Amino acid sequence: MKYIDEFQDPELARRLLDEIRATVTRPWALMEVCGGQTHTIIRHGIDQLLPPEVELIHGPGCPVCVTPLEVIDKALEIASRPGVIFCSFGDMLRVPGTGRDLFQVRGQGGDVRVVYSPLDALRIAEQNPDREVVFFGIGFETTAPPNAMTVYQARKLGIRNFSLLVSHVRVPPAIEAIMNSPDCRVQGFLAAGHVCSVMGTEEYPELAERHRVPIVVTGFEPLDILEGVRRTVLQLERGEHTVENAYPRAVLPEGNPAARAMLDDVFEVTDRAWRGIGVIPDSGWRLSERYREYDAEQRFSVEGIDTREPAECRSGEVLQGLLKPHECEAFGTTCTPRSPLGATMVSSEGACAAYYLYRRLDLGTPSPKSPSVKSTALEGSSVV
Amino acid sequence: MLAWTCPAPLRDQPRVVMGHGGGGTLSAELVEHIFAPAFGGPALSVTTDAATVELGGARLAFSTDSFVVRPLFFPGGSIGDLAVNGTVNDLAMSGARAAYLSCGFILEEGVETDVVTRVANALGAAARAAGVQVATGDTKVVEAGHGDGVYINTSGIGLIPPGVDLRPQRVVPGDVVIVSGPVGVHGVAIMSVREGLEFGVEIESDCAPLGGLVESMLAVTPDLHVLRDPTRGGLAASLNEIAAASGTGIVIQERAVPVPAPVANACAVLGLDPMYVANEGKLVAFVPREQADAVLAAMRAHPLGAGAAVIGEAVEAHPGMVVARTGLGGTRVVDMPLGEQLPRIC
Repeated sequence: MKYIDEFQDPELARRLLDEIRATVTRPWALMEVCGGQTHTIIRHGIDQLLPPEVELIHGPGCPVCVTPLEVIDKALEIASRPGVIFCSFGDMLRVPGTGRDLFQVRGQGGDVRVVYSPLDALRIAEQNPDREVVFFGIGFETTAPPNAMTVYQARKLGIRNFSLLVSHVRVPPAIEAIMNSPDCRVQGFLAAGHVCSVMGTEEYPELAERHRVPIVVTGFEPLDILEGVRRTVLQLERGEHTVENAYPRAVLPEGNPAARAMLDDVFEVTDRAWRGIGVIPDSGWRLSERYREYDAEQRFSVEGIDTREPAECRSGEVLQGLLKPHECEAFGTTCTPRSPLGATMVSSEGACAAYYLYRRLDLGTPSPKSPSVKSTALEGSSVV
Repeated sequence: MLAWTCPAPLRDQPRVVMGHGGGGTLSAELVEHIFAPAFGGPALSVTTDAATVELGGARLAFSTDSFVVRPLFFPGGSIGDLAVNGTVNDLAMSGARAAYLSCGFILEEGVETDVVTRVANALGAAARAAGVQVATGDTKVVEAGHGDGVYINTSGIGLIPPGVDLRPQRVVPGDVVIVSGPVGVHGVAIMSVREGLEFGVEIESDCAPLGGLVESMLAVTPDLHVLRDPTRGGLAASLNEIAAASGTGIVIQERAVPVPAPVANACAVLGLDPMYVANEGKLVAFVPREQADAVLAAMRAHPLGAGAAVIGEAVEAHPGMVVARTGLGGTRVVDMPLGEQLPRIC
């Protein structure tokens, strides 16, 4: 707790806020790239405490949110098949595909399992040689290395009944796409610290220079965010646009060479569709030729899936920072965590979920009808 | 027959999913839309942990709970301890000291009799520690593959002392919210063994019977307004249930909520909020402001309330909603959990 407390210290936060207030002379729009940062900002009320000149725009960095609906539908299709054990991190289970989610597939008899590591999925494959085990490999540079390592291990151990449903994405092309958008208002970036802990900072100087935009590598605790904001605002006020590392306890300039080598071995860069945004060139990874046999899309025929995106969902604009969650007409009415239209409302890192969960009071969003009953007196089970 | 017809179907859920057992909104909807309309009667309590029933002039607390925990044995306890303490604590939340328990075992074909013996011994020891007698029981065996070894259901009854009336409807603005100790311990202890996660420190469940602690609180004043043991859904679910049932708002100071370092760290790794993690030996109390200091002192004098802390108050603003003041000075809504918390991807 001491470790966490150090990065949530109210006194240090107050000092950073004072510095930011003293620095800022005009409005600035900063984008925090990662959904984890968005949740820290909203959960701790950081946006309420910043001076009004500093606007935080929420970026596309939620791995669950940007996974295309088509890939989720493929996951649902594969997970429904007899003989398949479908493994996933927990927060993908409630993400709606076209008409259902992985929880509902499990309720219908599918063998869907929550794992905490892709290596757990590989272990399940070893223990169930007569079943096909599929791991849902989504996420940014943060989750890609362990997934790559798992495929590497599967090949090394000769485990054939394991495959990866891949939808990995890369941050720098997304920043490029955001900056190239004619509607872009972003003037500075808080880069995602976890991504940089793997990839280092080498990918960013050229981006910062080309778009004349400061990029500050930022962590995830409240003081990390405030320090990232402070440095970005300082640069903007001075007319600078360099890459700074405000997360040195986790990020080295070269990143994690072993993880990068694993990525280079197992994956290759490819164009990738982002949910709500569209295809961004070179923004993703797929399994490289020598590991292609571990590609679940190749192993299972999942063509002809009828994917239907809800027309009223505007999560794509939210992910690009063009719309604040509560500015969407469906927010809190037809779209809630209970019945989400899009992944940004259901993901634990989604911007819409953050606004709905933590900020309803300020936004005047009506609370959903509270259950008038307490479950315990009639509850059916006590899992824990 | 139309009178009790469910006002709305279970939304979008033609089948039961795990979240229906998670103690959050989905669980409550199951009760509200299926069970309560089917069973409804004057004695049916759906806003408290135990029902209050009158029999022969006596006021009894009556409660039942089923236990399907995996693994059967975990640091700090077992399914046997849970089966006693879960029901004993539900009764204690009505102010009653449990007197008699029933105990139904559902055993899976193939489970070792040694395991059943260990569970039964743990259950017996927990009952003696809680001062309650197992008065009746039942055993069923299901085919292999149809259970997790051992399931247990317990029901319990106990006498409610005169002058004690613990209900969320009694909560009024100004009431002080006290939690009896560190939260999130049981849930993290179970996760650490169930999922094979290691957090560097062994975390033991806080599983314990709370009847004695409640008695020491009632000895200060019978005028406690409501007690709740924040099991599944954690502190957040209990506070939301009380806010909804009482129609008051609740404000808590986030930094005042006691969270042990290993629990905080484990939750940080998994992306969980300790406020939503299950407890098995803690209670949350709403106490009239003028009694709060004395009740807090009595709690701290009891071994199971040594870590008691004031965490907030009931307020007139935002009725039915729980709001946290963050350490940095912001505010946020503390929502009812939907189902189970899900560990995040990164």
